[in-house]
Amino acid sequence: MSGRAAFRHGVHPPDSKELTAHVAIRRMPFPEEIVLPLRQHAGKPAKLLVGKGDRVERGDKIAEADGFVSVPIHASAAGVVTDIGWWPHPDGSMAEAVRIRVEKYSPQVPRPRLVPEWKGLSPAQVVQAVQAAGVVGLGGAAFPAHVKLSPPKDAEIDFLLVNGAECEPYLTTDHRTMAEYPERVQFGIRIMMHTLGVSRAVIGIEKNKPDAIEALRRTLPADLDVTVLPLTVKYPQGAEKMLIKAVTGREVPSGKLPMHVGAIVQNVASLAAIAEVFETGLPLIERIVTITGPAVRKPSNLIVPVGTKLRDALDFCGGLTDDVVEILFGGPMMGLPQSDLDTPLIKGTTGVVVLNEAQSKPRVTYPCIRCGHCLDACPVFLHPSKLGQLAQAGRYEDMEASNLADCMLCGACSYVCPSNIPLSQMFALSKNLLKKQKVKAA
Amino acid sequence: MSEPRLDLTASPHIKGPDSTPRIMWSVVASLVPVIGAATWLFGPSALLVLFASSAGAVATERLFGARNSLGDGSAAITGLLLGLTLPAGFPMWMAFVGGAFGIGFGKLIFGGLGQNVFNPALVGRAFLQAAFPTAITTWPAAGQAWGALRGGNFALPFMSAGVDAVTEATPLNLMKFDHQPTELLRLALGNTGGSLGETSAVLILLGGLFLASRRYLNWRVPASILASVAVFAGALWSIDPARYPSPLFMLLSGGLMLGAIYMATDMVTSPTTNRGAWIFGTGIGLLVVLIRVWGGLPEGVMYAILLMNALVPFIDRATQPRVFGTRTAKAAG
Repeated sequence: MSGRAAFRHGVHPPDSKELTAHVAIRRMPFPEEIVLPLRQHAGKPAKLLVGKGDRVERGDKIAEADGFVSVPIHASAAGVVTDIGWWPHPDGSMAEAVRIRVEKYSPQVPRPRLVPEWKGLSPAQVVQAVQAAGVVGLGGAAFPAHVKLSPPKDAEIDFLLVNGAECEPYLTTDHRTMAEYPERVQFGIRIMMHTLGVSRAVIGIEKNKPDAIEALRRTLPADLDVTVLPLTVKYPQGAEKMLIKAVTGREVPSGKLPMHVGAIVQNVASLAAIAEVFETGLPLIERIVTITGPAVRKPSNLIVPVGTKLRDALDFCGGLTDDVVEILFGGPMMGLPQSDLDTPLIKGTTGVVVLNEAQSKPRVTYPCIRCGHCLDACPVFLHPSKLGQLAQAGRYEDMEASNLADCMLCGACSYVCPSNIPLSQMFALSKNLLKKQKVKAA
Repeated sequence: MSEPRLDLTASPHIKGPDSTPRIMWSVVASLVPVIGAATWLFGPSALLVLFASSAGAVATERLFGARNSLGDGSAAITGLLLGLTLPAGFPMWMAFVGGAFGIGFGKLIFGGLGQNVFNPALVGRAFLQAAFPTAITTWPAAGQAWGALRGGNFALPFMSAGVDAVTEATPLNLMKFDHQPTELLRLALGNTGGSLGETSAVLILLGGLFLASRRYLNWRVPASILASVAVFAGALWSIDPARYPSPLFMLLSGGLMLGAIYMATDMVTSPTTNRGAWIFGTGIGLLVVLIRVWGGLPEGVMYAILLMNALVPFIDRATQPRVFGTRTAKAAG
């Protein structure tokens, strides 16, 4: 591998992970109510299987996959379906969701089930089992995990790249997963290598997580070619394309997927989730989230049932301080702001970051002084300041010609801009407008 | 839990420490030692000239600029930098006019901060050089009594400067017209004749290092200017050391340090790309040597920078970085 353990450009926000980096993962008790949106993954929403009044056991399927790029959804607690209807979704919209009143004195034991023996399974059967368990990428995008396990026949995959970079400030979900469950991550790697038929895997971890690096090095399998590569601490090191560049020196062509340069990238928490399917037979009904930030009284790493409401998770972490200003799902660089404490934590929720007045104060915008800091920050070598001027002029087609599509909205340009120009924010808006225009034209 | 009032803003939600006013005022702060040196060398006259040029710049920005644009500090920088290019005995009213012209016609007419093509301080200086060629080349001698005015600072508009000043030729004048070099140590420390801020190369360099360490200036610009001056002047010098000045003399004399570190690095009027910065700086260095050696003027830093300012949009366009993952985009059309 000819990577240099870093990509070029990028920014260095304070990582702020000290709040939870050494806090052991705790299991949160079952809340009184669970809310499960049918859309928790990239691809088609799941199709509803239950009705109002139905009783479900923990782990029961309540909605099934609708096509290949879709996954089923399972009840994360035993209880009664009280309602099916619109509910606030983490992306800011309303989405169809199943509300389950959790049974108070239930032991929450799932129905007995067969644990699939992965060794005897063909790749296609592994893919099927992973899809049936509803596993998605737990790094944020929630892309169905089984799709990554079945690349098209003509793709030449030569290695598995395990993403343990976790470059977003504050979040320690992947960090704690690696430090506390290294064997599970290694088991997930083994299953994925077996299924993909690749002989090599590299685990990329930013150097600010020495205990995670140590844990995974200690548990490396003797019979597989798996290596741990400590990476430069730099945002956005965990973006797929940046990670591939850092590890291999290869550049994923614009508009193409990692598999075009022979790589499949999977995040460590997702690998642990795949491993769990073959350890317990249980579907993805809980996940690890970091609940942190200066306005959380007791920052924690928690195992929560999928569908736990934000309010319950925050309560369990001691509640919020009075100077709370903004609640984010995800990290402060790319996270989504939340307006409603009843919004559920879903499969793709990597963490909750609660900012206070000191972090999130309104700032005066100045004219662009052409300092060029955004050019030096952009990991895909765009010209953010020029794109920003085009956005302000409403010249969206010209932005497209200036490679707007390559922008992944990492926010590095906005982070460094001394004039506080909301560059990344304008690019998100422009991308949306262009998408809408295209839908209209079609 | 009571319902908190929550903000909803688009990501990113955190912000780096830099801000435009902070950059600008840092530049001002880094000039303090240079201003101190000028005051030490030229007495109260230095402060009078700097005050007048800054007042001209700031007043113009206040009158015609955008609302609250004084706070960003850019007008103050223009005024101070202009003042530093002027001789100590310069009449205050002229310095005021220069500052006003620099801001008005060098910056505001283009649309204010960030929009101007040419360095406003140098636009002001170019105007003064054209309008008052005698006053701007009347260099007071170093080493006069500290408290003495170095010329007609208080001259009234359009009256002749009524004070006799003790003057001295600058090192570049001596070189150009009398072929007489100046001791290098004196150049480095600054106790020679010349403009207020042209004199102490060491202090200017220190200010530049401070700004570069905070990334408030692109070090590639001064580095390439100084390197290209050294290379071109060195080449000439090695051909005929009797006829051409030594590269060290070229580096330390005149406005080169001030120009390379404070004028050419103006973010607004220099390239945004790093490759562009190298081209821009090299071009300035080459022009400086050309003007100093073969031009009619003893000093060429101002025109060199202004000329290269004009090329910045082209340099920027030609040096756009290749977008990630588009290695073959050009070949593929």
